[in-house]
Order: sequence, then C-alpha cells, then structure tokens
Amino acid sequence: MANRDEIRSGLADILEEVAGVDKADVADEKSFTDELDVDSLSMVEVVVAAEEKFGVKIPDDEVPNLKTVGDAVSYIEKNAA
Amino acid sequence: MGDEHNVSGLLAGKRLLIAGILTDQSIAFSAAKIAQEEGAELVLTGYGRLSLVERIAKRLPKPVGDIIELDVTNPEHLDGLADRVREQVDGLDGVVHSIAFGPQSVMGGEFLNAKWDDVSTALQISTFSYQALAMACLPLMRPGGSIVGLTFDATTAWPVYDWMGVAKAGLESASRYLAMHLGKQGIRSNLVSAGPLRTMAAKSIPGFVEFEDAWQARAPLGWSLTDLEPAGRAICALLSDWFPATTGEVVHVDGGYHAVGA
Ligand SMILES: NC(=O)c1ccc[n+]([C@@H]2O[C@H](COP(=O)([O-])OP(=O)(O)OC[C@H]3O[C@@H](n4cnc5c(N)ncnc54)[C@H](O)[C@@H]3O)[C@@H](O)[C@H]2O)c1
Repeated sequence: MANRDEIRSGLADILEEVAGVDKADVADEKSFTDELDVDSLSMVEVVVAAEEKFGVKIPDDEVPNLKTVGDAVSYIEKNAA
Repeated sequence: MGDEHNVSGLLAGKRLLIAGILTDQSIAFSAAKIAQEEGAELVLTGYGRLSLVERIAKRLPKPVGDIIELDVTNPEHLDGLADRVREQVDGLDGVVHSIAFGPQSVMGGEFLNAKWDDVSTALQISTFSYQALAMACLPLMRPGGSIVGLTFDATTAWPVYDWMGVAKAGLESASRYLAMHLGKQGIRSNLVSAGPLRTMAAKSIPGFVEFEDAWQARAPLGWSLTDLEPAGRAICALLSDWFPATTGEVVHVDGGYHAVGA
C-alpha cells in the first residue's frame, strides 16, 4: 500500500483538479477550508475522488474530522484496502 | 435484478429523466439506483458541479450517457433539454424532479426578515421549476407518463424551514395544477413527501437537527436519517404502471409522522 508521501501527492493531484489548489501548497499542516480555500461542495468531490483513487470508504461522519491534509493522509493510510 | 437482460422489473423498458443527483446521499441517486435495478434506462441531468455528478453517476449499477447540464433558472438549458435528451433516448416515460434551493437568508428562523430577491430565488428553483422541467420534457412524453417531485410536508409551519416551507406549499399546489392540465394527455404528476434525510440540501438548513429529533421521537414506524431507500422506492412506484389512476397526490414517506399529533 501507498506510503504517506504517495498519498499526499495523490491528494495534491486531486486538490488541484477538483478545487484548483496549487500542488506546492499541499502540506500536512494545511487546513482544507481555511488555508487551501476548499469549499464544502469541493470537499465532497475531493472525498469522492480520494475514495476512488485510494480504494477507501470515507463515511460522511468522518469528513468533519478531516480538517487538515495530514488528517486525510492518516485516515487513508489507516483505512486503504 | 440488475442485469442487462432484466425485462421483468417494475420499470422494465421505461426511459426516465432524473434531475437532482449531486452526491450518493441525494434522494435522486437512490431513485436512480433502484430504477436501474428495476429495468429502467436513465438520462441524468446535473447542476453546478457536473464533474461531481459524473463521478457519482459511475457509482450507479449500470452506465449512463453523458450528464446533461440543467440549471432550472436558465431558459436556454430548458429550451434545449428535449433535444439533448433525444441524443440519448427517443422518448420519456417518466421525469423525476428532485431539486430545491433557498438562500440561507430565507431559512433558519429568518422568515420575518427575508427579502423578495432571496425568496424569489427559492420559489423559482424549488416551486416554479417543477412546471418548467415538466414543460421542457413534455414533447418527449406520451400517455402513461409520470412526473414525480419531492416535497417536505407543507401543510403546517415548521421551525427553521421558513420560506422553503412556503416554496413547498407552492410546489404541492403546482403539482395538483400540473395533474389537472396534463391529465388530458394521460400524464400524471405526484409528489413524495419525505421525512428528514441528511443530504447536502438538508445540511445547508440551519437548525435542521430539530426535525431529526422530532422524527426519531414520533414517527410510528421510526425513522432513519440516512436511509434513502424508502423515498427512492416510492418514487419508482409512482413512476411505474402500478399507480395508473393516481395523480395530484402527495405520498408520505415519513415513517407515518404526518399522521400523529404528538
Ligand atoms: N433531505 C430532506 O430531508 C428532504 C426531505 C423532503 C424533501 N426533500 C426534497 O428532496 C429534493 C432533493 O433534495 P436532497 O435532499 O436529495 O438534496 P440534494 O442536495 O442531494 O439535492 C438537491 C438538488 O437540487 C439541485 N439544484 C439546486 N439548484 C438547482 C438549479 N438551479 N438547477 C438545477 N438543479 C438545482 C442540486 O444540484 C441538487 O442536485 C428537494 O426537492 C428537497 O427539498 C428533501
């Protein structure tokens, strides 16, 4: 399975495609809403795209806990098939 | 169920347009999934984030054609809809309208302060669009056709629903008028009145949790906030040939909440 760096760079690709985020800005401590300006509907699409890319299920209740890129990387690392 | 050669499903051979899929928690997504399992062929429209709708459509049991962009406030989208649909199917047996929107300023207890500009947006997208979508699809429809929309019981005033409640009262009336005007052509119009479900639309209503608690405490059958299947099934039933003499009706899919006083 993918390591943290691979997951982070995969997420960066998704964030760029879905929400127009500059890949260079994607780092573990960055918050999706406050720092990367990902709005709630974009976040839904980021989640859907991440589920496809990494073969994980990210339940709705989990999404509010994924505040930073690092949170998402950890969740995917732990739960990816 | 669910294979290409299914000819025995409830909706076998029916060509349906479904408007209102946004996420896999959308009521329209549930209706679409069940309709495919029951043998229907689907044409989907999407609004706003079409790339999201495309990703979600891939989660349906069977592939669908290109998502058609439809903003119900855009006259060009409405005028061009029938031609776009014809690129995928040669007629429609049913239409699902699962669309609503109201600016934050018309909900959440702001009834007394809301301004017409915002209220008119809510009414255009949530009420008038039912007629607009029906008329845009009418050239493709024949006797036996069925139009189904989604309401939230508008016979009483709710906390926090405010002008959306007024919009739904209008929708319930609009469905009866559509039933009256399209009856001569053998086309039915009915609404499913769903209990609260945690969709994107619901999450955008400030204070929505009040409905959730009330339903779970009171609905005779109990109520799941995340199970979209009851609403999806009812939509499919109304699209089917099993309600041939039912039009202008509101079918409650609310665990029985509407029937009890306390
Ligand atoms: N969720 C509930 O608790 C509940 C209860 C009863 C009725 N409903 C009704 O069900 C229907 C579907 O909502 P949902 O709960 O599945 O939420 P949803 O957010 O998944 O669906 C709402 C849909 O409306 C669409 N929409 C908004 N503005 C539009 C426009 N200008 N043009 C075209 N489409 C537009 C959105 O793209 C989205 O697909 C709505 O009519 C809603 O009022 C919902």
